[in-house]
Amino acid sequence: MSTVSRTLWYPAPVSGINPPFNPGTPRHSAVVRLTHWLTVIAFFALLVSGVEIVISHPRFYWGESGNVMTTPLFSLHIPSSRDTVPTGYGYVMPDQNGWSRALHFQSAWALLLTGLVYCLFILGTGHLRRNLLPAPGQRSARAFWNVIAQYLHRAPADESEPHSYNALQRAAYLGVLFILFPLVIWTGLAMSPAFDAAVPAAVNMLGGRQSARTLHFFVSGALVLFLLAHVTMVYLAGFRSRMRAMITGRAALPPELP
Amino acid sequence: MSQISRRKLITTGVAATAGIGSLAVAARLARRYGLIPPDDGGLYGAGETLNYAAQRLLSSRSLAREFSRGMISKAPFANAVAPPDDHFKRLQAGGFSGWRLAVSGLVARPGLLSLSDLKSLPARTQITEVVCEEGWSYIAEWIGTPLADVLNEVGVLPQARYVAYYSADRNWWDSVDLAEARHPQSLLTWGMNDGDLPVGFGGPLRMRVPRQLGYKSVKYITSLTVTDSLKNLGNGLGAPGAEFGYSWYAGI
Repeated sequence: MSTVSRTLWYPAPVSGINPPFNPGTPRHSAVVRLTHWLTVIAFFALLVSGVEIVISHPRFYWGESGNVMTTPLFSLHIPSSRDTVPTGYGYVMPDQNGWSRALHFQSAWALLLTGLVYCLFILGTGHLRRNLLPAPGQRSARAFWNVIAQYLHRAPADESEPHSYNALQRAAYLGVLFILFPLVIWTGLAMSPAFDAAVPAAVNMLGGRQSARTLHFFVSGALVLFLLAHVTMVYLAGFRSRMRAMITGRAALPPELP
Repeated sequence: MSQISRRKLITTGVAATAGIGSLAVAARLARRYGLIPPDDGGLYGAGETLNYAAQRLLSSRSLAREFSRGMISKAPFANAVAPPDDHFKRLQAGGFSGWRLAVSGLVARPGLLSLSDLKSLPARTQITEVVCEEGWSYIAEWIGTPLADVLNEVGVLPQARYVAYYSADRNWWDSVDLAEARHPQSLLTWGMNDGDLPVGFGGPLRMRVPRQLGYKSVKYITSLTVTDSLKNLGNGLGAPGAEFGYSWYAGI
């Protein structure tokens, strides 16, 4: 499966193809690889601790305030780590909020600082312009459809793909970078009472603290969906070669090796 | 494999040294300007310190949001607390006329204050939100005596840095830095929604620190201690919750 899909999705470099492909050129630069894996660690920590925090109150509201005396917008049908929350389950989970909250914020700092390094890098080196903003031929709906059709027919990838991204990848990465991450940071900060004192508009613009919490939950969900799609695509494109590229930077096995 | 050039090696070395050096300078400056929380050690010390330092720099003077009367929660939620002991019940039967707030530590005039002593000071009324670390919240009107005014009455000594406050249940206590203690919205609260503060919500006297999470708003306050260090109090971490991983600084 993986050898087949690797040839399908990720053709081995053949000399004479235009543009010339140099196997020595890293597919991912050291900064991209480092920030990618730091983000993986921080995101996983944020996800686990975030789930633990939700378990202490698996009810969501809209507006400024909400509690067990208020009708929720929706509730998750899971047990809770607090006996004050009516869940319908006859037991209470152990309280994990202490370390979960500490890990959540420490990981958020790690993610923020990693993101700053990454943003400076992509702006400074032209990676943003070259590989992330849609290239001239990728700025139409047709370009998106072409990629989707290519995926659906499991057709070979374009020649440029071993060292750049297609229209759909660029849109997804840009959306995560400049829409979902800023939103998840904003909605998260809007839950901080001290930050709200300093910047009241941060929470008021979202419609209140409980709206911010509910939005934080949905934006996190969108990030998890991206993660699932991303890992699925990596698997389909050849898990080992893509992992090798993101760990060592090398695009593919040198041609002389099988 | 690309070769690591000498220039690259030197650049990396210089950058690493500069990075470690500036971290050390930052740590020194942070300590000097009081930006290091008491729970700065351990696995999450870095995060705790960043939270505290960043929010202190960002929000030292800002006011917690206050709301209109129309936004007061129709059904506020009183979190469960341990049932009151006999001593508390006796004070309650007497309309809390025997309730005393003991003020001690680094103050010029330590002493005992009754609720009427507190009420003789200028009162402040504010409609703020109680925000629980679990995620729920409610809005209520809180009426009380600013802690800052009480501190001015007793005269805080110059070396003071923190105020620790204790519940009638002595195992339940917490502390804030002097900036938070002197903040105009930090309130020794004795009234709620136009009436006396109900026992379920911490009556007769509750500390309200609206710029931090609800767990800093300790119920049934019986004493305050002004101190220059939290190391000598209880576990030395500034609050019993710190032992279970709960941050001392709860602005986030």
